[in-house]
Amino acid sequence: MSRKTETVINVVLIGALLLVLFILEQTLPSTHMIFTVLKKGAIYALVAVSMNLLNGFTGLFSLGQAGFMLVGAYTYGVLTIPVADRANVYMYFNGGLIQFALHPIIAIVLAGVMAGIFAYLIGLPVLRLKSDYLAIATLGFAEIIRAIFQWDKLGPITNGSNLLRSYPSYKSLLFYFIASGVCIALIVMLINSTYGRAFKAIRDDEVAAEAMGINLAHHKQIAFVVSSFFAGVSGALLAMYQTSVQAAMFKSAMTYEILLIVVIGGIGSITGSCISSFLFIILSEWVLRFLDSEMYIGDVRVPLLRSGFRKVVFAVIIMIIVLFFRKGIMGTNEFSVRRIFGRSADKKAKGGSANE
Amino acid sequence: MSKLLTIKDLSVAYGGIQAVRGISFDVSEGEVVTLIGANGAGKSSTLRSIVGLVKPSGGSVLFQDKELSGLTTENIVKNGITLVPEGRRVFVNLTVYENLKMGAYMRKDNLEADLNWVYDLFPRLKERNWQSAGTLSGGEQQMLAIARALMSRPKLIMMDEPSLGLAPLVVQGVFDIIREINKQGVTILLVEQNANMALKAADRAYVMETGQITMSGSGQDLLENEEIREAYLGKKAKK
Repeated sequence: MSRKTETVINVVLIGALLLVLFILEQTLPSTHMIFTVLKKGAIYALVAVSMNLLNGFTGLFSLGQAGFMLVGAYTYGVLTIPVADRANVYMYFNGGLIQFALHPIIAIVLAGVMAGIFAYLIGLPVLRLKSDYLAIATLGFAEIIRAIFQWDKLGPITNGSNLLRSYPSYKSLLFYFIASGVCIALIVMLINSTYGRAFKAIRDDEVAAEAMGINLAHHKQIAFVVSSFFAGVSGALLAMYQTSVQAAMFKSAMTYEILLIVVIGGIGSITGSCISSFLFIILSEWVLRFLDSEMYIGDVRVPLLRSGFRKVVFAVIIMIIVLFFRKGIMGTNEFSVRRIFGRSADKKAKGGSANE
Repeated sequence: MSKLLTIKDLSVAYGGIQAVRGISFDVSEGEVVTLIGANGAGKSSTLRSIVGLVKPSGGSVLFQDKELSGLTTENIVKNGITLVPEGRRVFVNLTVYENLKMGAYMRKDNLEADLNWVYDLFPRLKERNWQSAGTLSGGEQQMLAIARALMSRPKLIMMDEPSLGLAPLVVQGVFDIIREINKQGVTILLVEQNANMALKAADRAYVMETGQITMSGSGQDLLENEEIREAYLGKKAKK
């Protein structure tokens, strides 16, 4: 199969997917559970892939994702609340300091940029650490970011620990899919570039990578900033989807959810992260909801089912996966058109890469 | 022959421990030079400091009359030195092809000619081009590590124990390749514990002990030297 046919098939598939989503949107009532699941799934897919770029492809075990999502979500909220609504939203801070509102798309990009700037500054000291220590440090910084954003003194900008709301948001399912899809495509392009190969080399063997002349600090910083940029974008999308945002929701538990998605999907597999984020959201938001509500069969109350039990079930799932399915759904493989329809044919083509 | 690499009073320290204590030696263009010595003699540290992986605590590294000590590894590689690190250290999850491309990471020009060159040297790698490097045997991984280093088109290639952990027959193959590469004009600085093989392959050799150079001479001379035979080759080594 030539590259051209592959591209054609991919375009057709993407078109078909968007068409299906469009038809769904036109036919089902907008409150249907499926829209919640798909929108949140698309957003989580993006942040999971961004985390995979660090943890799976560069070998940097970072747990700061929720913090950078928070930066993105707040940047988006703060910059887009219409001026007329600001007095209402910032009621404890005299309408706040910022008295302008940007176009949502511009704000989304700025959300990524802001998260990237935070990542750059945090990365300077933190990226010198390795493995577990890096994870601890990034987790700590994510919590510090959350604390700072809730700080009363910054209230005129961040609204302290109060909700940000009234900002514009796109309701269409297609928007979330396209935004998330474009970002994931950009990450895939980065991974398949020379830089991506250098990331993987660093992951496999830092000493050898350095001996090849790869500047470790520089490349780690790039991976960290890019990953955080996209985490910021996904934070902005999440803010948009929820129509209101508060720093308190971006706790480390959120990072663990994302980590769980990455692990279930397969560390080092983009498509694995995408598949598992939809799977995870469908399970946690929809299918397993019943675990959290009391249920009676006849007069007998079903044991264990009560608020919070869902979390227990997830904890057990995590343990099972870590113990028995360490490679996740996809391992490091990718799911692609080429893989399904005969890959051996042009395996020898020059410039092919490991991800196909 | 002109001097390619001149080391003067080089010393390396890890914290308070002096691994290399002011050694001086040189490598001329087109030569195979070997550093032999026991574990912990400072051989690897010497190579690592030349390529900038550890910063030397003193002394100078002159490469083609250019001072290298203090430069980053990136810039040293650009100048034409590469290191084949100890224990192969190929990128196990990358394909053979990608490994080779990583070797040429500092180059921006066309790689086609050099790819063909290393495929000629190592036909086995061409067969395994799309396999991930982790699936290769130990000997093949060592070949890949050497090929990867060659991809940067080095003037000087430094090898840290290329025979480590390989079967005798494979070791023979590695040394054949070393001679072949040298014949094609690449200067080689070789660190080995397998003194016998190294001395046979080398034009000149230096013996290192506890961070200092204690002896030097042509490979043949050292091979016949009584002390060397006693210390490194076994007393009853047959000639």
